[in-house]
Amino acid sequence: MKKYVGQSIKRKEDYRLVTGTGQFVADIKLAGMLEAVFVRSPQSHARIRKIDISKAKELPGVHVILIGDDIKGKIKPITQFESHSAVPPNVAKEINPKIQFNYESVLAVDKVMYVGQPVAVVVADNRYIAEDAADLIKVDYEQLTPIVNPFEAMKEGSPLVQEQVEQNIQMEFHLNLGDARLAEQQADHILKTRVHTPRLSSNPIETRGVIADYDLRTEQTHVWSATQLPFEVRATIAHCLGWTEQNIRVTAPDVGGGFGPKGGVHPEEIVIPYISNLVGRPVKWVEDRLEHLTSARQSRDQIHDVVVAYRNDGTILSLRDEFVVDSGAVNFFGFTCAYNTAYHLRGAFKIPNFEVTSRIVLTNKTPNVPFRGAGRPEAVFTMDRVIDMIARKLKLDPVEVIKKNMIQAHEMPYDQGILVKDGARLIYDSGDYPAALNQALEMVEYDSFRKRQKELKKEGKNIGIGISTYVEGTGAGPFEGALLSVDSTGKVIAHLGASPQGQGHETVFAQIGADALGLTPDDIVIKVGDTAVLPFGAGTYASRSAVNAGSAMHEASLKLRKKIVAIAGIILGTPPEEVEMEDGKIFSKENRSHSITLQDVYKRARPAARPPLPPEIEPGLQVTHYFVPPTVTFASSVHIAEVEVDKETGFVELQNYSVVHDCGTVINPMIVDGQVQGGVAQGIGSALYEEIVYDQNGQLLTGTYMDYLLPTSMEIPTVKKGHQEFLSTRNPLGIKGVGEGGAISPPAAIANAIVDALSDLDIVINQLPVSPSRLRGLIKEAEKKQNSILSK
Amino acid sequence: MSNKVQVEITINGKIVQKEVEPRLLLTDFIRDECNHTGTHLGCEHGVCGACTILLDNEPVRGCLMFAVQADGSEIQTVESLKNADGTLNVLQQSFSDNHALQCGFCTPGFLMTLTHFLEDHQNPSEKEIREAISGNLCRCTGYANIIKAVQQAAKTLQNEEMNHSVISAQ
Repeated sequence: MKKYVGQSIKRKEDYRLVTGTGQFVADIKLAGMLEAVFVRSPQSHARIRKIDISKAKELPGVHVILIGDDIKGKIKPITQFESHSAVPPNVAKEINPKIQFNYESVLAVDKVMYVGQPVAVVVADNRYIAEDAADLIKVDYEQLTPIVNPFEAMKEGSPLVQEQVEQNIQMEFHLNLGDARLAEQQADHILKTRVHTPRLSSNPIETRGVIADYDLRTEQTHVWSATQLPFEVRATIAHCLGWTEQNIRVTAPDVGGGFGPKGGVHPEEIVIPYISNLVGRPVKWVEDRLEHLTSARQSRDQIHDVVVAYRNDGTILSLRDEFVVDSGAVNFFGFTCAYNTAYHLRGAFKIPNFEVTSRIVLTNKTPNVPFRGAGRPEAVFTMDRVIDMIARKLKLDPVEVIKKNMIQAHEMPYDQGILVKDGARLIYDSGDYPAALNQALEMVEYDSFRKRQKELKKEGKNIGIGISTYVEGTGAGPFEGALLSVDSTGKVIAHLGASPQGQGHETVFAQIGADALGLTPDDIVIKVGDTAVLPFGAGTYASRSAVNAGSAMHEASLKLRKKIVAIAGIILGTPPEEVEMEDGKIFSKENRSHSITLQDVYKRARPAARPPLPPEIEPGLQVTHYFVPPTVTFASSVHIAEVEVDKETGFVELQNYSVVHDCGTVINPMIVDGQVQGGVAQGIGSALYEEIVYDQNGQLLTGTYMDYLLPTSMEIPTVKKGHQEFLSTRNPLGIKGVGEGGAISPPAAIANAIVDALSDLDIVINQLPVSPSRLRGLIKEAEKKQNSILSK
Repeated sequence: MSNKVQVEITINGKIVQKEVEPRLLLTDFIRDECNHTGTHLGCEHGVCGACTILLDNEPVRGCLMFAVQADGSEIQTVESLKNADGTLNVLQQSFSDNHALQCGFCTPGFLMTLTHFLEDHQNPSEKEIREAISGNLCRCTGYANIIKAVQQAAKTLQNEEMNHSVISAQ
């Protein structure tokens, strides 16, 4: 029964977070705890000649200092995460991947590969002393040639970031559907262009942090980490340190935002447990913002060279895309982002001939990992810029070109003819993309915008409107679990493997459980973010928790209900099928006035000799369910941006932003809207403000918030939202993911809107962010070109 | 570093006397010496606003001050906001009602900035609210619900004020 699912229930998490009593890693204090500080490389590519720690060691309050030589043979390097980078055999057959082994030592050994790489670690009584000591450590570097440009990196004879990775190409694959080259011969027009998405830093307001507490007596190590993937952190610690996995417990307490990069297991998460074991005391490390901007994993950074064949009426015949992913010094996630890009490129469009070549290249920059959207914003920016360029070339409204190529509702489920990353066929499960487009066009009153635009143009004002659409594979497997039990107070305790960073898991999973069990959300206590709570778990990323953990919660709740009902039937003297549960009361359909509670059922379920339970019922009220999705579910959306551009300054004012989206069954509308608004804000950031910049020596130029601009309340409009609800066919509740969606389309929608505002000039915006200086440059160039044509 | 300095700082109504190093950041003093961990550190260079506290009733960034500079001052942190009976105050409740927080890490800074703002803005416009919080970064919410929360809080406070004056008039 749907009673709580679909309601904007207020969050259980809020009380502690608004009273300052939440617990983030930095808030945890343990008796005898020491603090660690990392010495990081100021060089992008250099050999380490010598490290002198003698002065630092003598500083009072310093307990231990480790450098690369100290851990050689003791700590294994971090390599590709198998759980994320394994290529299923059928996918491998289709894309023929070439993969070269790559790794990172948790403290640099012999050479450094990027600015910010950990070189040494100091552990002292407190952070102040540890930082003093870190300043006293002298590292002698011999500079090597920095490899910064991925195209230079791929050239034969280029210096190597990692010796064993030939030509710095860590991975490449090729995907082919139909015959793009033949289509190009038959087309009326060919478009060739290069599209570039910037390197970004996810910047949760809580930086990373790790505490480890090794207990000598039990050989147990308890690790607290601001992570999205406690189970992956546990597995990686066990692997790198050679420890028994079950002796490690990883807890993700309150985590202050993640957005992807907090899911990449970082060197510090290995080093800190190792040191705690070494010194026999708890050790804490909390990252500062400079460290976050230099050393926390970064993301995006793709360059696409596309060739598109199309007809006079705007029909796209083929898309050929050769793209390079600049992964920085290490690629830990295999083809995750690159293949996400490849399989999302065609989005809501029918393009029968399709060819992709992708190269993941290593350079002397901070390693990249997935970040909200994980390859999709890059795909959508490329595709939707292409659509817009076709429309301008053909002098058609972009809406016409979009409609011309869009998958129709009656074609659902739609087979895109290739495979998803997990090996399943790429079949969109449900949705109506043209209806979403029409709904969005109505929301923005598209036709009247066009009229207003013409009128304002006469007054010298440049307003523009831009559209972007996407179809997003969400709810990636492999699985998520729920372990439910009832305690003596009659509360249901639900342990889930998916740990949150602000998505409201404690609330939404209680809503799902309440409906399935006939309880209220307050009767259900959700426990997440701890490897101690159940044997297997994956984590929160890839818009997957509502789909996977939500489904596991639902199925486990039904299993628990079955058991409760069976035992309640014994107490009530009724057959189980006659027993009902409503708002925590358990009664026979025939006699609603006589009810029992979960406490009564709990007592009866205890192992006991008199009266015993029937042999077919196992004592105790505990069930586990692991939900394994057949493949991803396909959420979709249409975004429309309205901007005004000041030609004199290149300044873009985002006047309105509208979204129509489909995430299947909505569990909590308030939380879903919050995810969309927050995602759009990050997308706006990457469209207009954010970029990690390295100079030609691989030096980071954007190491503070004065250089790396996060959008503030002055830049983010309140997004107008419209909803569709096409249920997924791939899980019991019909849920699709929503976490990442908001961030996917803004760069494309905003860039298209800016081009539209300046339609009297021949401007191509294929690089982000569209900062005032970049746009002013483009305007100046276009005006010059126009003047020279006029003067001829 | 033994050149410690004696400070006396009133935190949330309680006088704290400690000997501290002159270089100790005010936020570290509040978090580590006084165990009020609700005040968070987000950037430690004065941009993100997560560490905002009220110092003698003015919002300041705890990461840009040393504890010794606060000697003799009165400080309020997020821990001071809730009602005596443990329930949420008007602003806190409005944040929860409007889903104005997701991860909640930046929230204490917003709450302290806004506590001060609402004292002399009884009926703020959206623009005024946006300006008031423009020095606090939130990476989760996209700000829209924070603005809604402030609007609700301002309205509730105004109603309370009116009721209160009606009662006093009677």
